[in-house]
Amino acid sequence: MAQTIPLSWYLAISAALFAMGALGVLIRRNPLIIFMSVELMLNAANLAFVAFARSFDVLTGQIFVFFVMTVSAAEVAVGLALIIIIFRNKHSIDVDLLNSLKG
Amino acid sequence: MNLTLILFVILAAVAVASAAGLLISRNTVYAALFLVLNFATVAVFYLLLGAPFIALAQVTIYAGAIMVLFLFVIMLLGADKLPPGKFLPWQRPTAIVLTGILLAEAGFLLFQRLQLSATLANPEASVNATETIRALGLALFNQYLLPFEVTSVLLLVAMVGVIVLTKKVKGEPG
Repeated sequence: MAQTIPLSWYLAISAALFAMGALGVLIRRNPLIIFMSVELMLNAANLAFVAFARSFDVLTGQIFVFFVMTVSAAEVAVGLALIIIIFRNKHSIDVDLLNSLKG
Repeated sequence: MNLTLILFVILAAVAVASAAGLLISRNTVYAALFLVLNFATVAVFYLLLGAPFIALAQVTIYAGAIMVLFLFVIMLLGADKLPPGKFLPWQRPTAIVLTGILLAEAGFLLFQRLQLSATLANPEASVNATETIRALGLALFNQYLLPFEVTSVLLLVAMVGVIVLTKKVKGEPG
């Protein structure tokens, strides 16, 4: 069934999603949306992993995707906790306000 | 054959459109829902690629747990709409140009270097869902047992870290 779709198409989708995630990190101000864009990029990488795993007929790619999912779940939990702390301290989560290190 | 192709094209369009929706939506809740749609589309891609376990994990972990956490924090902070801030004048064009360069690089590598394996290498391999999941489980608990256990430690550390981070210190305002 899936055999008719070339690998490069999946990789193209993956590249497009990754680029849009990178764009989201660069142009958005809301740290929550920046986080979601990071998730989008991780997801694009996962898609490439699974496509390659299918292409070379090995399971290692799928296992790696499993680990990436676990790590990203941990990352999201810690990141959202940090956002909550920032909100408590600054009463806003706009990333432009986080300029305390600026000289 | 054509059915798969049509399905792939529709899914690709939905995936790219929902990613674009994530980028341009003003309301954070809408952005999160666009991302859920994107995750669901990618899960169907995984099914097409013969990875049913990963597809289900995608739906449960990403579209389920992670996005619920996101929505919870969005509503907790009341941050569904941020006032539009001042943009650095050069920021948006620069970001778009840089992303264009990134995409062009990816496309270049894809079509220059990857000519050899442009098709799925083993098209005859039948994808048996049960067999795939059994093989995945065996590999995970034999060959990759140590990383699997380390993952549990990582999750525990993340959990403890989050609790410590968000715990209110006595006497601290707010």
